[in-house]
Amino acid sequence: MAYDKFNILTSTAVPLPIENVDTDQIIPARFLKATERKGFGDNLFRDWRYNQDGSPKEDFVLNNPIHGGKILVGGKNFGSGSSREHAAWAVYDYGFRCVISSFFADIFKNNCLNIGVLPVQISAAFLADIFAAIEADPKTELVVDLPQQTLTLSATGQSESFDINAYKKGNLSNGFDDIDYLLNIKQDIQHFGANTPL
Amino acid sequence: MKKTLFDKVWDAHVVQKIENGPDVLFIDRHMVHEVTSPVAFLGLKNRSIPVLYPERTFATADHNTPTINQHLPVEDPLSAKQLKALEENAKAHGISYWGLGHEKNGIVHVVGPEYGITQPGATIVCGDSHTSTHGAFGAIAFGIGTSEVEMVLSTQCIMQPKPKSMRINVNGQLGKSVTPKDVALYIISRLSTSGATGYFVEYAGDVFQDMTMEGRMTVCNLSIEMGARGGLIAPDQKTFDYIDGREFTPTGEALEKAKAYWDTLYTDEGAAFDKEYHFDAADIEPMITYGTNPGMGMGITKNIPNADQTQGGATTYKKSLNYMGYNEGEDMLGKPIDFVFLGSCTNGRIEDFRAFTEVIKGKQKAENVTAWLVPGSHKVLQAIKDEGLLGILHDAGFELREPGCSACLAMNDDKIPAGKYAVSTSNRNFEGRQGPGSRTLLASPIVAAAAAVTGKVTDPRTLL
Repeated sequence: MAYDKFNILTSTAVPLPIENVDTDQIIPARFLKATERKGFGDNLFRDWRYNQDGSPKEDFVLNNPIHGGKILVGGKNFGSGSSREHAAWAVYDYGFRCVISSFFADIFKNNCLNIGVLPVQISAAFLADIFAAIEADPKTELVVDLPQQTLTLSATGQSESFDINAYKKGNLSNGFDDIDYLLNIKQDIQHFGANTPL
Repeated sequence: MKKTLFDKVWDAHVVQKIENGPDVLFIDRHMVHEVTSPVAFLGLKNRSIPVLYPERTFATADHNTPTINQHLPVEDPLSAKQLKALEENAKAHGISYWGLGHEKNGIVHVVGPEYGITQPGATIVCGDSHTSTHGAFGAIAFGIGTSEVEMVLSTQCIMQPKPKSMRINVNGQLGKSVTPKDVALYIISRLSTSGATGYFVEYAGDVFQDMTMEGRMTVCNLSIEMGARGGLIAPDQKTFDYIDGREFTPTGEALEKAKAYWDTLYTDEGAAFDKEYHFDAADIEPMITYGTNPGMGMGITKNIPNADQTQGGATTYKKSLNYMGYNEGEDMLGKPIDFVFLGSCTNGRIEDFRAFTEVIKGKQKAENVTAWLVPGSHKVLQAIKDEGLLGILHDAGFELREPGCSACLAMNDDKIPAGKYAVSTSNRNFEGRQGPGSRTLLASPIVAAAAAVTGKVTDPRTLL
């Protein structure tokens, strides 16, 4: 599915300094019943965000009006557990375009890359500094520069580079997806398929 | 060059290597279920393209199906719509479909091996992280997201960088009441939930060689719970005997071709792994989890660790224990429980029901316990009946439900109520995983059975 091109994103960020945030927290299984990709943002972090009667939990960061922005900052091992792409859809649909952490679970990271959300992995030390900076001033802006592969805290200029493979970087920059690529080599695939042992 | 088993299978499926990018990997078998596929089929429709290889694609309904009254229409309208969508998509694209009520219906990772869809050396994907189960046959099997489901439907390929390699060796003799589930929970407790992220794991050593195929499936199933893409075990005579004669196992000339390939499926002596671990079977006890991720597990006789003894941050650890209603330093033995769930793609096979029945035989279900016993498939259900286990279960006060994923992820009505404790043979103890506010203690079928008849966390070795 096509998505917006990603270039340079400057935004405030929402801090979630919890480790091992699993995809069941990002979106619980009971909200996976849609047959179309829409409305998942309403249930992002559903059980952390709302009480069972549907009223908002005041102490959860998404319900705190002083925090906002297009960047979500999470603790180590973000996105573990289920392969549900709905978790990445919920993050995107809510309005985030970038997730920052010191470590990501594999499938979640892949899913993000496939739908135009940029996962940015940085050092634990820089992550701690970012949490501290946002706590001190919720208006703190971060600059995610995909062409340069850098993440910068605007106020201090503190910066770190991040990894992304050249192919995926190209896709995100241009709004391409993998199927476009694969359909172009369909003949090679069919030739290969005709000769597999299984 | 010396190669690992994983290298051999991966390399045999690379259609194209992209410089500074992923490999294009050909997928032999694609399993599809109702929850992660509808948006992928919608993508095909929007692009006006067909499924490239319907004969390599297999659909079954499992995640949100009810486990009682399956002969009646599904009550929940959203679940019914999703099931209908899968049926229609399968029909439109000529894909085999084992829907609700079909004699071959069951959990995708249970029916795949049962009907020989799972083969050694194959690449197998499904929009479900526990696809790693199929690694028990020496296959490269892993979970994918819905965008990738669309890729595989439309091109039979995915694009991923080759993961790093890890070997986990467990040697020695397992103790009494120590099952494959305990081996896996032990490894995860040692490595943590992210200890194998970025790796594909090969399990090696006596313990896995001695395991049954179903035991190997349980171990490989849980690979994702330490972050691994998947896990696999080299195929041996036990593997070949298991697949022999199953519906989708190759025959004739195709079988001869496959056999020549299968003969190569082992790690070469001296092949290098990026990381390697060695564990001693004698150190493994029956396990139980006390927290909100599968890495928070310990031997059932141990005490809940203090925050300063754990690897992660204290804040997250304390939040987790608070959710569970437990304190640092407490015993797990004797903790009261409310529910027992036997089932899931981890422990919903016939050997799991045999193990459970062996413990409860001649005893009675505890009055404070609600027990949900959910076979992984109709084939498992039939075997429970054929082997006479059903009578023993009934005599002890247990009922059997119909096959499906059930309370493992609680997408259907099988939800553990808020605040209640469930000893569960499934794979995840995340907050609310088994229902909003539910509290899960992951364990083997034997530990679950001991809890079911005593109403509390009990060392099964004291009952047998």
